[in-house]
Parts: sequence; C-alpha cells; structure tokens
Amino acid sequence: MLSRTAANLFWMARHLERAESTARLLTMGQRMAVLPGSAYRDEWRSVLRVTGCEPFHTKGGPVTEEDVVRILLLDPENPASIHSCLVRARANGRSVRTKLTQEMWEALNLSWRRFDGYGLSEACQELPALIDWVKTRASVFRGAAETGMLRHEGHDFMRIGGAIERAQMTLRLLDVKYYVLLPETDVVGGGRDHYQWTSVLHALSGIRAYHHVYGGVYSPAHISDFLMVNRAFPRSVAYCVDQMRWHLERLALEHGVLATCHKTVDEVFELLLDGQDGAIFQRGLHETVQQCLKLTNRMANEIAESYYF
Amino acid sequence: MTFSEMHEQDGAIRSCYAEVKRWIDETGIDGLKGRMEEAEAIFRRIGITFAVYGEGGDPERLIPFDLLPRVFSRLEWERLDQGIRQRAQALNAFLYDAYHRGEILRAGLIPQDLVYQNEAFRPEMIGFDPPGRVYSHIVGIDIVRTGPDKFEVLEDNCRTPSGVSYMLENREIMTRMFPGLFSKGLVTPVDNYPALLLRTLKEVAPPACKRDPVVVLLTPGSLNSAYYEHSFLADLMGIELVEPVDLFVDNDRVWMKTTAGPRAVDVIYRRIDDDYLDPLAFRPDSLLGVPGLFHAYRAGGVTLCSAPGAGLADDKAIYVYVPEMIRFYLGEEPILSNIPTWQCGTEAGLAYVLEHLGELVAKEVHGSGGYGMLIGPQASPEAVAAYADRIRANPGGFIAQPTLALSTVPTLGVSTVVQRHADFRPFCLVGKQMRLVAGGLTRVALTEGSLVVNSSQGGGVKDTWVLRD
Repeated sequence: MLSRTAANLFWMARHLERAESTARLLTMGQRMAVLPGSAYRDEWRSVLRVTGCEPFHTKGGPVTEEDVVRILLLDPENPASIHSCLVRARANGRSVRTKLTQEMWEALNLSWRRFDGYGLSEACQELPALIDWVKTRASVFRGAAETGMLRHEGHDFMRIGGAIERAQMTLRLLDVKYYVLLPETDVVGGGRDHYQWTSVLHALSGIRAYHHVYGGVYSPAHISDFLMVNRAFPRSVAYCVDQMRWHLERLALEHGVLATCHKTVDEVFELLLDGQDGAIFQRGLHETVQQCLKLTNRMANEIAESYYF
Repeated sequence: MTFSEMHEQDGAIRSCYAEVKRWIDETGIDGLKGRMEEAEAIFRRIGITFAVYGEGGDPERLIPFDLLPRVFSRLEWERLDQGIRQRAQALNAFLYDAYHRGEILRAGLIPQDLVYQNEAFRPEMIGFDPPGRVYSHIVGIDIVRTGPDKFEVLEDNCRTPSGVSYMLENREIMTRMFPGLFSKGLVTPVDNYPALLLRTLKEVAPPACKRDPVVVLLTPGSLNSAYYEHSFLADLMGIELVEPVDLFVDNDRVWMKTTAGPRAVDVIYRRIDDDYLDPLAFRPDSLLGVPGLFHAYRAGGVTLCSAPGAGLADDKAIYVYVPEMIRFYLGEEPILSNIPTWQCGTEAGLAYVLEHLGELVAKEVHGSGGYGMLIGPQASPEAVAAYADRIRANPGGFIAQPTLALSTVPTLGVSTVVQRHADFRPFCLVGKQMRLVAGGLTRVALTEGSLVVNSSQGGGVKDTWVLRD
C-alpha cells in the first residue's frame, strides 16, 4: 500500500474519532452546567482544557457555553473543532477514495459541509441534536467500515489511528481532572462530590457501563480503574491499547518486520498491566497518565517513520 | 435545418428511438422528473463532481444529468466505429512521423513551422520510439452530427481526454434506476471499458519488463477537477492511484513509496500535463512532477501514457490536416469529415474571419474546454468587436469555423420533452491493437438554442446507447 494512503487512512480515523470525542465532551459540559454550584466549578473551562483549546478563549472571564460551542463546534480556524475535524477527515478520505468503500465514502461525504456558515445562536439552541448528529455520522462510518472494508493493512492503519485518538482523549480528560479522582486523604482544593465523579464518566459516555461493572457505588479508585485499566470498556486506555497492539501485530505479520512502534506499544501495555488493582494510585495516577500520553505520542511518530508516512 | 435525432422529417419517431419513446410515454413527464431528482441525489452522494476553473463558487459542482438517453442504431455505430479507429490510427502515425523523419512535412502536406514551432511539440521526444510506437493511448474524438448521415469531427483529444467515467456512471445509474429498459438486451454494454483500458496499458509496458506489468494512475491530486474520474478508473482497474509525491526515480526506474518500502512501476497512465510531469525535463518551476521521470522513460524503464508531446496531434491548427494524414499514412479516404476551418494565421483566413466573425465560431488554438471561444451569432456586437481585436493582436493563435447546425436530442424540460443540441465523445484505446467500446459521452447544451455543450459552461451529460441490431 502507498505510504501516503496509509497516512491518510490513519489521519482520517483520528479526525473522525476526535470529532466524536469532542461531541461527547460537549454533552458532559451541558449536563454539568445545569447542576447546582456549576458556576464556581467552571466546567466549560475544563472542556476547553481537555481539548487543548483554552488558548482560543481570548476574551478573559468565565467560559460560557456559547464560547465553547463557537470554539469546539463551529470555528473553522480551530483545527480541533468538530467542524475542522469533519472537513479534514473528508479531505483525507477523498485523497484515498479508492481505498474506501462506497458506503464509507458516502458517510464521510454527507458530513463535511454541515457546519459551513452555521449560526452560533442557532447552534447553541440545537446543540443536543447536533451532538447526536455528529455521533451518528461517526457510527455510520464505523458501521460501513465494519461490514464492508477489506481487511488489508489500510484497515489496520485506520483502526490504529482511531484507537490512538480515543486513548488520548481519555488520557487528556484524566490529565485535567485527575484531582477529582485522588484518594480522599489528599484532596487538592477542597471537597469533591458525586457530580464531579460522574462528570468524568459522562464525558466518555461511560456511566451505564460503569454501573454494570462496579455496581451503583462511585469511588475514585473504581472510576480511574475503569478508565485506565479496564479492558472491556471501549473508551478505556487499556482497551484502546489492546486494539493498537492487535492491529500493529497484524502489520508486523504482513510486513515481516517488528518496528520500534511495536516495542513502544508493549511498553504502554505493561505500564497499564502493572497498574491493576489500585497499583496505579501507588505509582501516582497523574504520573501514569502523563507517561501514557508521552508514550502514545511517541508511538504515533514511530508508526509514521516505520511505514514511511 | 437542424437534424432531430429522434424524429424523421415528417415528425415520425425514428426507429432507433422507438424504445425510448415507449418508455417516456409509459413513465410520463412527472414520473421522469421525480426519478431525475433521485438520480441527482445518487450522483451527489457518490461524489461525482466537476470543478470549474475560474468561476468561483462550489468547487465540487455536479454535472447535470439528463435521464433521456441518446441512441445510435447499429448501422450508424458501425460507421462511427470505423471512422474513429481510422482517425486514432492516423493521429498516432502522424506523431511517430513528426518525431522521426517528418515524411509528411517533406511531402509538403503540413507546413514545417506548424509542427516544429508548435508549443505542444516536444523536441525531447525526437528519435525516441515509445513501446508499440503508440503516443496517444486514449484518443477522445469530439464528434457532432449535422444530418442523418453526416458526422463531423469537432476536435481530437490525444493527451488525457476526460469524461469516460460519466459514460460508465450514466449507464450504471440508468441500469440501477430503470432495469426494465436494459433487460431486453437491446443496448450494447459499456462496462468492459476499464478492463480494456488496463489491457491496453499493460500491452505497452517497456520491452524490458518481463513480469505482469505494474500499472499506476498518476493524478495531480484531489483538488484536480477530474479527480473523481481518476479515482474511479483506478478503482475499477484495481491499480494504485498515485500522486507525484508518491513516486521517485532511481537507476532509471520509477518507484512508488509504499508501507513496505519502494516498489517498481512499469506503466504510468498519467493524468498530468506534459509541463508538470518532470521538473528536470520540462517546467523547472513546477511544484508537481517527478524529477527524473522523463529520463527513466527514455531509458526504457517505464512507459508514460500518453507519451509526452502527444498533444501535438490535437492542436487546433494541426486538426485541419488530419484528413491529409489519413490519406498519407493509411491510403484511405476519411470516413469522418472535418469541419471547414479558417486559420487566422494565414492572410486569406484572417481577412475572411474578420469580415464574417459575427457568423462564425472562433476559438483559441491552444484553448480547450470551451474557454475563450466566441459564438458569433449569439454574441453581442461589442463582444464580437472585442474578440476581433484579440485576433488581430495574435492571428496565429486563433481559428474559426462556421456555426454548425448541431443535431438535437430529446431532453427532459420543465413540463415536456424538449430538443437540445448535443455532441459526442467516444474513447478509442490504442495499444498493440485498437479497442473501442460501443458508446461514449454525450454532452448536451441544456439551454434552449445553445450550442455550447462543455460541462464547464453549463452543459449536461446523458447515457449513450448503441443498439445491438
């Protein structure tokens, strides 16, 4: 396969995953904003922080829902906005048209113009519907890939790109909100509540899944366990790393070569394995999160090098 | 008097249109219009679009598709088929001659300057023998019909004619939407085109290539107006769609960069102009292109389709001499005639054109796609005067032809079936042998009375049927 094709498939999946994860974050922001005491918690600011988009908020003062919708949904200048991600995913897909199925292409092609010239107040009013729409588009695309795409290496690159982006969104969320999950004894900056814990789960659409695994009790240890090392929850870091390993292994078989990226993914895998049963807290949740972010970034670069992107 | 392809002089339906007529009556105008929207939605979803240069607006515009097919009878097609092959063969023979001994120039049939001073002439190609002596592997010939038995060639396209994807997609959509029309087997299929194209491309692999040739399609990229067609054809042939950045030259071979390292390429079906192929051989300022590509080609490491310099044969000033080429190289009389053409580069031609510009169609010699042309009878006096000034400034850059009474084909109007002017572009494949699918692209001017069918100027497309008997 052409290296450029592999690179485009990889990035197409990343952009689409990014759009979807950001949509989920917006749902969390909306939910938190209507809860008691939300004003001082500045929940919208943490949404900007998780996506690395705080610098786009230049006017000072508290971050409003309107600001976030403008920056994260509509702004074509912000490369991380949902709008930009959809346009870029489509551009990636268009330049490798022949490697997509008709259905995958149609799913991409229907999405990309939705937010051209969309009004801010209109977008704020229709936010829940728009978020649903983004999630549905991503699902249609994934479904089309699931049942129609040839399982050649392009599929592996696509899945790896998506898994990296998804893992990193979870990691960034934990990076920003780690204090919420600290053991009760070393609380930073005052008391926490039930809402803050659930906000982290809501951001990843994981609250129901959490109940199934841990019952109805919230505890920081369980939540961080769920998001970091649980290998059944599709937005957990461990699950995403399993996916990366599986597809990287397929690439190694196909090419007959183990590259540096294979070593790095094993490193992340072992890091998470060692963190089971609360061990992650002993080593430090925040440190582990940062280490994982660093390693996954390095691995993404190594993939590009190993396959001549 | 304009020839209506659907009707006899007395208004009766011509027999080859009987099936279409029956279908129109059965479905009704409202029914057809409903299906038209459906067809458009399919095109949009698939993403068959066409960018128009210099017009701004939607970079991915849809070419309007008209549901009513254009029909040729078997007999009509047989004649067209012979005429098209004859022309494609003569054009390739001329190109070989022009880059070798120039016999036709020595015989005094074509002025030397017209060839050697031509912008499309590539001195770099002199003395080189492309595999199979083929220069133009896909010849697209634009044909208009002006009477029941009168087919005339408007122009030749020897570089990289586009539009074949519409031929295939139009048929695909029609078959999908109206399976009943095709179930009787009246219409000759066209869907073997990609297989024939691939066979043609493999046939012209460099003689040194002993394996099953690796063929790629080279596109300028996804912003090119014909990108859809590039990806579509690559897909149907199962070959890689590459951009210049994917290729490099080493040791007189061309390699593509893959995830498993470099892989050698034998044949390149390029959809990039000569100028942008190789900055070392052609335009040094080109940001596109593969450095060293031309050298690898001349060394026999790879075949370029079409060959650099093939555009010489479709130059509008050379066009005038194609009938002579047919007589000279093939010893035959042309089956398809040329349209009388005045060359502004000659004194007599210039005088005539300036005097009659209001009645003529004038074109730039090097223009294409309907850009920069003047249709005298439909232009304002000011526009005609302004165009005359342009001709005076550079007479050699223009030709003029009479305004033709292009035949009309049935087209879906607002509330009725209307007659609109159309032309036709078949695609002749030239490898070790010639191949031609029975069909092509019919372009139709959607505005009443308009003679401009170019999609860049608001023309539409239709399915083209060649009946089996």
